[in-house]
Amino acid sequence: MRYSGFGNISEGKFSFVKKARYFFIFSIIITALGILTLGIFGLNYGVDFKAGSSVDISLKKDLSSKKADIEQFLKDNDFGSPGLTVGASRVTLRFDDVLSDQKERALKQGFTEKFDKNASMEVNTVDVEIAKELQTNALKAVLVASIGIVIYVSIRFEWRFAVAAIVALLHDAFIVISLFSIFRLEVNLPFIVAVLTIIGYSINDTIVIFDRIRENLRFAKLKTHEDIEKVVNESIWQTLTRSVNTVMTVIVAALCLLIFGSVSIKLFSLAILFGLISGAYSSIFIASPLWLLLKSKQKPKTNVKSSAAS
Amino acid sequence: MNRRLLAFILIIAVSIGVVAGFSKWVVNDVKLGLDLKGGFEILYEAQPIEAGGKVTKESLIETAKSLESRANATGVTEPEVTTEGTNRIRVKIAGVTDENKVRDVLKKPAELTFRSARGCAADKGYCKIELHGSDFKQNGADVRQTNLNEYEITIKMKSASKFAEITREIAKLSASGTNQLAIYLDEKMLSAPNVSGEIPSTDASITGSFTREEAYDLKNTINLGALPLKLTEKYSQSVGATLGKLSLQETVDAGIIGTVLILIFMMVFYRLPGVIASFSIAVYIWLLLLGFNLIHATLTLPGIAAFILGIGIAVDANIIMAERIREELRSGKSIMSSQKAGSKSSFRTIIDAHVTTAIAALVLFFIGVGSVKGFAVILLLSIIISILTNVFFSRLLLSLIVRSGLVKKKSYLGVKESEVRAL
Repeated sequence: MRYSGFGNISEGKFSFVKKARYFFIFSIIITALGILTLGIFGLNYGVDFKAGSSVDISLKKDLSSKKADIEQFLKDNDFGSPGLTVGASRVTLRFDDVLSDQKERALKQGFTEKFDKNASMEVNTVDVEIAKELQTNALKAVLVASIGIVIYVSIRFEWRFAVAAIVALLHDAFIVISLFSIFRLEVNLPFIVAVLTIIGYSINDTIVIFDRIRENLRFAKLKTHEDIEKVVNESIWQTLTRSVNTVMTVIVAALCLLIFGSVSIKLFSLAILFGLISGAYSSIFIASPLWLLLKSKQKPKTNVKSSAAS
Repeated sequence: MNRRLLAFILIIAVSIGVVAGFSKWVVNDVKLGLDLKGGFEILYEAQPIEAGGKVTKESLIETAKSLESRANATGVTEPEVTTEGTNRIRVKIAGVTDENKVRDVLKKPAELTFRSARGCAADKGYCKIELHGSDFKQNGADVRQTNLNEYEITIKMKSASKFAEITREIAKLSASGTNQLAIYLDEKMLSAPNVSGEIPSTDASITGSFTREEAYDLKNTINLGALPLKLTEKYSQSVGATLGKLSLQETVDAGIIGTVLILIFMMVFYRLPGVIASFSIAVYIWLLLLGFNLIHATLTLPGIAAFILGIGIAVDANIIMAERIREELRSGKSIMSSQKAGSKSSFRTIIDAHVTTAIAALVLFFIGVGSVKGFAVILLLSIIISILTNVFFSRLLLSLIVRSGLVKKKSYLGVKESEVRAL
């Protein structure tokens, strides 16, 4: 028997399933907080989702002392007063209205002439209609992907695994969205891509643990609820080194992008980082205990059967 | 030296040779998106200029084609013009020097004119504009096959008298051989049919030695010209060349640092399987780049994200296998049977994990637009290549080296003797 040493391994070790209640409570609190902040403050939408124009200017000169001059320049040239942040090597402008291409041109030209000859710019302009479409499109994609995963996992495993996996996946996506709402970080198209990346990763992580539970279930003799509980806990422990090592390696990659990567993907990397941590957490502490919870609801049936047999 | 060891060394040597030899070529061939190279992307919405007109699928495709040829005419390389939905056209142009000029040229509605050489100096060609697109009936152009099996384009005019007068005047020029009514789209001449006499009707026909395709192209162009579409910018992104290059440099550097750290960790923690995993991951990255080039994918920042997720999945596949082998070793099995059992039992897990991610990627591909679609393509590609390299290739290499009998200590596989349970 391959897993004959079953009972012994977990003795004296932490029980993920026994303490699951606390993790559920923790996640529910975080989620509730997220709903609250989302309800009150909403998300800090960038132009991708709100319509308008954003201008990022990468500088060769340090203009941090010239904020007033830039404001004056904008006012003098009829650009209104957009949101303006001036950093050492970067100036960011946010216009609530769509910047016409003539205006865009005038801005680029004026700014380069007046402040920095070597400035390089990124301009994003999005119309309201398209912004709305992008949002619904992203939402639709997440929902359809979830359904697809539910179907596959239901076929390969059983529906309870599918439900638990999807709950964990939505949990991760929501945590990242909540954190962005709480810290008022800007939400744009790369952010959506980051959330999608997290979903892909989260599901990957959860499936590995589920796979082990499924395998161990085949070898185990299950009589009581405690038996299943033991199998789940064992499975989490058996895959723990892998879970930790995998998430560590990916976190290292995301951290490198955050620290050394370009400014335009800083927020993206941060979203990924939040998501990876949440993904590993939910796979271990939420998905498997949740499966157990669903499974134990099924228990009365088998109990009746076994009691009838004896 | 035994045969398995020889095969192992041979595979390693050939892989290193191919990867090292062709990596410069592969890397240079990767097409960079405008966020990494500078350039711009515009999503246009097309509307008919005249009230009551309709945007048809045909007119949209024709407009996209003419946008592409206009962009080409300004000398930019590889403009990407695609239609989306029923009334949108997406234009992506990377590496532009004079963005303003290109944008201006693109925005003008395509203009169809019929021109003659009436009153023009000899070297001026067809300088007089006789008819505009709006002089033709909407969708009035058609293609007909004549008795001689030639293709003929018929056009319907709005005014018979105007056409009669023009053709009468042009026919008079036959003496100088300039009796043509040339058809222009913007400043490009499409055809210059002869006018032999006055045509006192609203129906005109153009004959010539057209191929079937040429005839239909011309028909479509004329119909489009009669119903020009107005383009409004709905979304635009423009990235300065310097900024794009900076983003690329920084992101690539960060990616390299991250990858190197991961590989070092794999080698230290998992020993032999870690070394083999690092090797497979290097091959995986190389193949992924090659795959990009083969499907002509454009690498963008979201694409790089998919790439990094792909490396995560690739590392995971190797970790799952190495962990399984360690488990088997700890349970007291021999190295050879641990390797066999470990790679076998990890296989299904890895496939399940890959397939679920692939499902997500497929959905994104079919539903997403723009950069989300690009992300999905790269993710799908990386899943397929990951199965090839990190499952089959890693397994093959590890089984060859283990069976060669060279691996004698369990510590080579990251397991201490003290951890092994007695059977």
